[in-house]
Amino acid sequence: MAPRVREGRVMFDRIFEKDVAISGVGQSAVGRPLARSGMQLTLDACLEAIADAGLTRDDIDGVACWPGDNNNGDAFSPVGPNALIGTLGLKVNWYGGGYEGPGPLAGVINGAMAIAAGLCRHVLVFRTITEASRRQVDKNAGALTNKTVGRDSSFFWQWYTPFNVLSAINLMALYTQRHFHEYGTTPEQLAQIALTCRANAALNPKAIYRTPLSMDDYLSSRMISTPLRLLDCDVHCDASTAIILSRADAAKDGPNRPIRIEAMGAALHQPWSWDQIDLTATAARDVGEMMWARTDLKPSDVGSAQLYDGFSILTMLWLEGLKLCPRGESGRYVEGGQRIARNGELPINTNGGQLSGGRTHGLGYVHEACSQLWGRAGDRQVKPHNVSVVAAGGGPLGGSLLLVRE
Amino acid sequence: MTRKLPAITADSAPFWQGGESGQLQIHKCAACNRYFHPPAPICPSCCSREVAPQPVSGKGKVLSFTINHQAWRPDLDVPYVVAIVELPEQTGLRFVTNIVGLPPEAVRIDMPVRVRFEQQEDVWLPVFEKDE
Repeated sequence: MAPRVREGRVMFDRIFEKDVAISGVGQSAVGRPLARSGMQLTLDACLEAIADAGLTRDDIDGVACWPGDNNNGDAFSPVGPNALIGTLGLKVNWYGGGYEGPGPLAGVINGAMAIAAGLCRHVLVFRTITEASRRQVDKNAGALTNKTVGRDSSFFWQWYTPFNVLSAINLMALYTQRHFHEYGTTPEQLAQIALTCRANAALNPKAIYRTPLSMDDYLSSRMISTPLRLLDCDVHCDASTAIILSRADAAKDGPNRPIRIEAMGAALHQPWSWDQIDLTATAARDVGEMMWARTDLKPSDVGSAQLYDGFSILTMLWLEGLKLCPRGESGRYVEGGQRIARNGELPINTNGGQLSGGRTHGLGYVHEACSQLWGRAGDRQVKPHNVSVVAAGGGPLGGSLLLVRE
Repeated sequence: MTRKLPAITADSAPFWQGGESGQLQIHKCAACNRYFHPPAPICPSCCSREVAPQPVSGKGKVLSFTINHQAWRPDLDVPYVVAIVELPEQTGLRFVTNIVGLPPEAVRIDMPVRVRFEQQEDVWLPVFEKDE
């Protein structure tokens, strides 16, 4: 492949992710809450994924996870690779997990790099979250005031918490308000993300919220941080999701048609900051530019998209960042909901996303993308297609995967 | 309402404590003449280490804002306005703050504002009010 040029610089003369494929997926029950520990959920997901790939634990020689064991009182990630390796009796050549990196898909990106570097043949990637159980005990477990004792010295939160930015929603609301101002985006347009996810969730037995949702329901839902309402926020759950990444030649031996990673995006060409970045482009723009620079495919080739919806505005920013619609046009693109519906030109968040399906936080989107590409999505299956895009993160956090079913 | 206070470091002290003398202090690079925020020991534009806090006018405009309605803590007085204010000294020079002294629903994007300091312990928080 000829070297690819991005922003005037020659880069990407080796697109290693094309040699990596997803060979199996697994997921625990998804609930709010579940009477199972984080480790129990993790084992449910991982054992299912290993079996789905036609492998045994002896085949697994790598483990990846984002954000690793990261549990500052909110059960954001109660299980990391260290705990899993011994519990499952794995023997690995490489493992890794940590918070800093290109968002919730960082585990997949790191795992793919480990395979491409020749360290591993089969990497188990997982993500466990038990926020629903934690919030049963402490309703404000996610508030930033709980995360630091004494003075706030966090690299970035120290600039926000003194001004009572005590939840990420305040920052997302700043992006949303700016988008409304610059592009004329309306609440009714934004609502379509929540309405679409709820309609899709109705067909997903695992989804948390499955009752029908109307525009009036949305517009009358409680305002949390203007213009974002309760229904713009994802729903906490207990769940674990796992995927198996395999070297492409090894994936061919498995029971599933390999889903190749055609291209990845992980770029950040702006400060790692929630307020010093372009407020209506965010990292999504950098990620999208990188991903498309690593493939000959085009946005028009994408048959379905699983786009992070921790908050509804982020799905809009991903639509634009991944060039699935022009910059500033996401409001008009989703208006009425037809384009992004299950039978539309670009079905999104087909399992209900995180807004209604549950905040599985990252890998849930990959699981759903694979389910759709493999034709395993049951009642919520969309029209057959071979190319799907997954993106996760918000603000400075962002990563994306362009997936192609062989 | 008691605020969560930031750790004061050699880099951040001028920003958090400039209000003691009534001045908003923003880091500036002597080599390329550019302001930057948050404060750091190096200029992100040109990598010079000749950086130091400089007093700025304290004027600004609202780049974006949100009215927070959720009481994240029991002692939080809601609603309140979180905003990003851009300073006139340089395009893009901005930070997260609060808009105070007017009804939250009266805040608008592009509204001119001026700094006002709210002292808590050894921190003078730069918040903004409408610039009449």
